[in-house]
Amino acid sequence: MYRRIMVPVDLAHIAGLDKALKTAAGLSKQYGVPVSYVGVAAAAPGAVAHNPAEFAAKLDAFAKDQAAAHGLSDASAAPYTSHDPSVDLDQTLLKAAEDTGADLIVMGSHIPGFPEHIFTSNAGYVASHAKVSVFVVR
Amino acid sequence: MSEETAGGQGIPQPEGPTNIIETEYEIGQDNIQPKLGPFGLDIHNPVFVISGLTIVAFVILTLAFQNDVEPLFEDLRGWLTSNLAWFFLSAGNIFVIMCLVLIVTPLGSVRIGGKDAKPDYGYLGWFAMLFAAGMGIGLMFFGVSEPISHYNSALAGTTVENGVRTDWAPLGAAAGDSAEAQRLGMAATIFHWGLHPWAIYAVVALALAIFSYNKGLPLTMRSVCYPIFGDRVWGWTGHVIDTLAVFATLFGLATSLGIGATQAGAGLEFLFGLPNNNATMVFLILAITGVALVSVVAGLDAGVKRLSEINMLLAIALLSFVILAGPTVAIVSGFFTNLAAYAQYLPALSMPFGREDANFSQGWTAFYWAWWISWSPFVGMFIARVSRGRTVREFMICVLLIPSTVSVLWMTAFGGTAISQIVNDGYQAVAGAPLELKLFEMLAALPLTQITSFIGIVLVIVFFVTSSDSGSLVIDTITAGGKIDAPVSQRVFWATFEGLVAIALLLGGGLAALQAMAVSTGFPFTIVLLLACFAIIKGLMDEPR
Repeated sequence: MYRRIMVPVDLAHIAGLDKALKTAAGLSKQYGVPVSYVGVAAAAPGAVAHNPAEFAAKLDAFAKDQAAAHGLSDASAAPYTSHDPSVDLDQTLLKAAEDTGADLIVMGSHIPGFPEHIFTSNAGYVASHAKVSVFVVR
Repeated sequence: MSEETAGGQGIPQPEGPTNIIETEYEIGQDNIQPKLGPFGLDIHNPVFVISGLTIVAFVILTLAFQNDVEPLFEDLRGWLTSNLAWFFLSAGNIFVIMCLVLIVTPLGSVRIGGKDAKPDYGYLGWFAMLFAAGMGIGLMFFGVSEPISHYNSALAGTTVENGVRTDWAPLGAAAGDSAEAQRLGMAATIFHWGLHPWAIYAVVALALAIFSYNKGLPLTMRSVCYPIFGDRVWGWTGHVIDTLAVFATLFGLATSLGIGATQAGAGLEFLFGLPNNNATMVFLILAITGVALVSVVAGLDAGVKRLSEINMLLAIALLSFVILAGPTVAIVSGFFTNLAAYAQYLPALSMPFGREDANFSQGWTAFYWAWWISWSPFVGMFIARVSRGRTVREFMICVLLIPSTVSVLWMTAFGGTAISQIVNDGYQAVAGAPLELKLFEMLAALPLTQITSFIGIVLVIVFFVTSSDSGSLVIDTITAGGKIDAPVSQRVFWATFEGLVAIALLLGGGLAALQAMAVSTGFPFTIVLLLACFAIIKGLMDEPR
């Protein structure tokens, strides 16, 4: 059914991702396919990490935690840096989908409100522009 | 460069050893995430609110009490630049010497972002961005006018009344000696646009880059003072520094935008006979702010970088045209003559004590130094953000030496052509024209005036846009506690706010007053910059080389 599942994660707001992470783990086990956790950070120090190397290490640890918590056999981390994450995030996620070879993106999103008329939400953008299936979890 | 660092999947390459500063502070720990109507924000708690409210309060006060406020701020600025001229000049010299020393010492091998970091931007995009943010607009306005001013005052010689020199000539002037007055005039102009301003920017930028990319502190002004104040920078000491940086940046940008619109309006009237009134100027500010908004929403790579590159290409086109259509041989030989004159007069021009030319050294040089320094938090922070992956030596060569050389070439081409028009062709229009029209009068004496003047106006406007968009990114980062991934709505807010402040001051008056206020922040920042020099050395010493 699927080859690989990609899950974009924001390490600064993991709490809100719980449902999406469980969904991704469930699908991974159901179809027996690997999961790639994709994180995007700026090179400058941020709330999550002080530099790209530290960010990569944290995302890797996160992927291992997920594997342990949900009993996943193949979970990996794919960290990305972006010059301007507030704006480049969507593009970077699309590129990550191609790089990782994922054919299903499972992505958490908030309930759309007024701002989505002006700025599309990240999941909204990815769902509109990705070439592969996108599962938006609200 | 691509959006991601090289290597199959994004980052994984090690960035090499750096020396992270261990601090209890977590970036974003003081941030609050309020919902403003439908928009979620992520802002630094005291800094965003205090700087926003202070700016609004200052605008209202200035509009309400214009006649009282203007002399007050002008006096403050005047007092600082005349009584503390020695301090500004000495500090400027320290910055230049430190930057030059860093190029030749082993500390120059330290790489920003860690030993194995790869540059975020190629040379072209990097250079375009740092030049467009740092100086562009000034070169457009002062490139023709400043060399003429110094040439004229030097040629007129010194005037002494009651034992005090009342003329504005640099150093001992060059009464009646046209060739020497040209040399002195060009040397004085290059002095104000050469090594010193770029050293000021380089100090701030290097300090921020090292403390963010190598030491892991947030990308905001207060981090520079960490080696001095320690963890106190996360408290009120840091809040004050950051608020002051926001204040200087926003007022610097908004007042320049207002004054720039006045000048662009004059240019449009001169060229196309458009009415130069408030409506035109408000329209110009709205248009500039509008393009800046599109640019910040498009982001650093798709917006700011692309505009800076367009900007640089246009500037190169105009510069090449002036060199080819103007007195080509004189400009080429003038480049070397002026470089030699700059070197010859540099020690005397930069001497902080015992100056005979008080008007020049205080009214021009100290004013410029305060002005550059008040811009340095903004330009420095922006340069820092785009300079990851360069060694300190590469950084200094590209931020200090190359821009200074470009300034020499620009001033020689624009100022030299104008002086040659006055001296050799007897063309007086450029000498008599008001400041904002000198560039266009100079171009009017060259072929293809309509086209080149139009490019000139477009350049003025695009230079404003590139300052405005990078400035909004910087203010947004500072007021988000150093986070550069804050919601886009915040940078939209700051870019809009800046345009509104400019319009309010343009219509209500007070542009000059608040610009004087912004320049006055040059004084506290000079102290911050001197601390930064110490911090840079200390920070570089314990980095792996």
